[in-house]
Amino acid sequence: MRTTNKNLAALALSAVLGFTGAVSAATELTMYYPVAVGGALTKIVDGMIEEFEVQNPDIDVTAIYAGNYNDARVKALAALQSGKPAQLSVMFSIDIHELRDLEAIDAFDDLVKTDAEREWLDGFYPALMENGKADGKTWGIPFQRSTIVMYYNKDAFRAAGLDPEKPPTTWEEFAAVGKKLVKKDANGNVEQWGAMIPSTGYPYWMFAALAKQNGEVLMNQAGNETYFDKPGVIAALEYWQDLGKKYAIMPEGVIEWGTLRQNFLEQKTAMMWHSTGNLTTVKNNASFDFGVAKLPGKKELGSPTGGGNFYIFKNSSPQEKAAALKLVQFMTSPKQAAHWSKATGYMGVSPAAYQTEILQDYVKTFPPAAVARDQLTYATAELATHEAGRVRKFLDDALQAALTGQMSAKKAMEDAQAQARRVLRRYQ
Amino acid sequence: MNRRLNLKAWLLMLPALSLLIAFTHWPTLKTFWRSATWAKSDVAPSQFVGLENYGLLIEDPVFWKVIENNFWYALGTVPTSIALAIAMALWVNGKIKHKGLLRLAYFTPTILPMITVANIWLFFYSPDIGLFDQLLRAVGIDGPNWLGDPDTALGSLMAMTIWKEAGFFMIFYLAALQTLSPELYDAAKVEGAGPWRIFRRITFPLLMPTTLFVLINALLNAFKLVDHLFILTKGGPNNASNLLLYYIYETAFSFLDSYYAATLTVVMLVALALIALAQMLLFDRKIHYR
Repeated sequence: MRTTNKNLAALALSAVLGFTGAVSAATELTMYYPVAVGGALTKIVDGMIEEFEVQNPDIDVTAIYAGNYNDARVKALAALQSGKPAQLSVMFSIDIHELRDLEAIDAFDDLVKTDAEREWLDGFYPALMENGKADGKTWGIPFQRSTIVMYYNKDAFRAAGLDPEKPPTTWEEFAAVGKKLVKKDANGNVEQWGAMIPSTGYPYWMFAALAKQNGEVLMNQAGNETYFDKPGVIAALEYWQDLGKKYAIMPEGVIEWGTLRQNFLEQKTAMMWHSTGNLTTVKNNASFDFGVAKLPGKKELGSPTGGGNFYIFKNSSPQEKAAALKLVQFMTSPKQAAHWSKATGYMGVSPAAYQTEILQDYVKTFPPAAVARDQLTYATAELATHEAGRVRKFLDDALQAALTGQMSAKKAMEDAQAQARRVLRRYQ
Repeated sequence: MNRRLNLKAWLLMLPALSLLIAFTHWPTLKTFWRSATWAKSDVAPSQFVGLENYGLLIEDPVFWKVIENNFWYALGTVPTSIALAIAMALWVNGKIKHKGLLRLAYFTPTILPMITVANIWLFFYSPDIGLFDQLLRAVGIDGPNWLGDPDTALGSLMAMTIWKEAGFFMIFYLAALQTLSPELYDAAKVEGAGPWRIFRRITFPLLMPTTLFVLINALLNAFKLVDHLFILTKGGPNNASNLLLYYIYETAFSFLDSYYAATLTVVMLVALALIALAQMLLFDRKIHYR
């Protein structure tokens, strides 16, 4: 419908202005987007697209909202294989190696032409680009990106005689502070835990933070080698186990990702590690004074980044690719990125975004919004390999086996490493 | 004449048959074929590898784990939900007040969508803040981490499944009970049979056709119903609650390995066909049809 109207308008315009030459037809773009239809995000994305279309009347964008990251990838790839048009998509940043294996995407370095475009490509936070690069080229542009931060209950800190403005910054402090925050009833049952780190849903993501804090990464940039059995990585898992077993500041066993936020809001845990994506919900629902802090560190600070990148599909005409590039540039421009960040809680993707008036003001009135940005200095890539789904599951299973006491950390990680090595051998 | 009749019959069957072939039989055949091929990626041409994928299957510890889990899951949910269904049906079939309300109450879990139910039970099972742990705490017990402990995860899934399924099966038993002739019961009473004897000698044997139907459905469901895994455990921790169909989904859509997924699917198809066949052959002779 929109297309017809716009074409009519273009026709009318050309008639009025007396153009007799051919009016170039509107370039049509189909973009797959990983969010459920009717979700809160669709309105924001729709609004941004509309603004883009007003600025670029010769480009017509259709956004297809395709569920979660996995669904969006499956649907976009299915559309491509069946010959349906799809020029670009936001997909999981860690899909990069598999999308390249499928020969589905183009490198942005081959698409940018002008100096201004090249400058744009260099304008993002380097930490956010780590998951978008392979073989020296950029394949994904950061957009819907998050990281892990520590939420803590300032009231609980006060009640335990701790300084609410001094959240723990090291592993030792984290365990010590956590111990003081554990509250038990007369029968010795725990009423409030010191901290919770979720270990379902995305255990590999949480673990990447612990590994980075211990000075280790989980894989190489090419995504064909993993380091699960390095001593430093195993030590990180042992620390995670100890939080439950030795220090008893966290329940033993697996902690559910889906209900963790509720646990924090109901003050069943005084601290939690969770995605920045929860910030707005926690802000709106916490009945107590809360703070947001960088994750504590051992050898260094650290957290993996997460979330979705823009990709441009290979199977499009040069004209479509140019239009798609324009759209990506628009969506990630400082002003749009700032607007997006404030509306959603995702990160502003470039330093320039945080220099806009919108985000400057927002950070001033709500300082927790800046924590994710400040932590980017210490951030690392999210686990991304070839055969990513399988490799992720090897690691997830190993982490859960260790956390539930089925296996020692060393044995679990050595097993996971052996399995990962087996499936990655073909890509070396 | 006969020929024309034949043609007509085929024509009448054509719509249903073409749908069945297009969406059931053809994909099944393709699945079998796919399980015997392999390609490096979806863009590369696939090659015939014979039984190689099945060799991988035998070496795959997760495969054996999901088979074992599925066995316990079926054994744990099917007989219990059938027994519960019979008990509930007998109870709401008797002469009691507010029969309609009671029947509705038992049927409610069936009306709710599985995903909704799982989301609610996720909070029931949640450690500390969950309903079950709060109830246990009230009597002074520190409840377990139901879904987070490999020892209780599968059992927790089974409990929810029984709760969900029993009401559904009750409806079939209720319908069957109402077709039983009251004369049989009058005769039994005249002979002085007690309630247990009446149930064992009259009600239960006459319900056998229903039991067979329910049994097949329940067993198939034990393999087919995995919606709640997406919400509750995602098969974790460490595959403690993983089931075959969920593993197929993971393989196909998370690992993007359609060849191995096809191999797993073949195993599932064969298993289901064997179960249905065995039940029909074993029970058919023992069942009293009128």
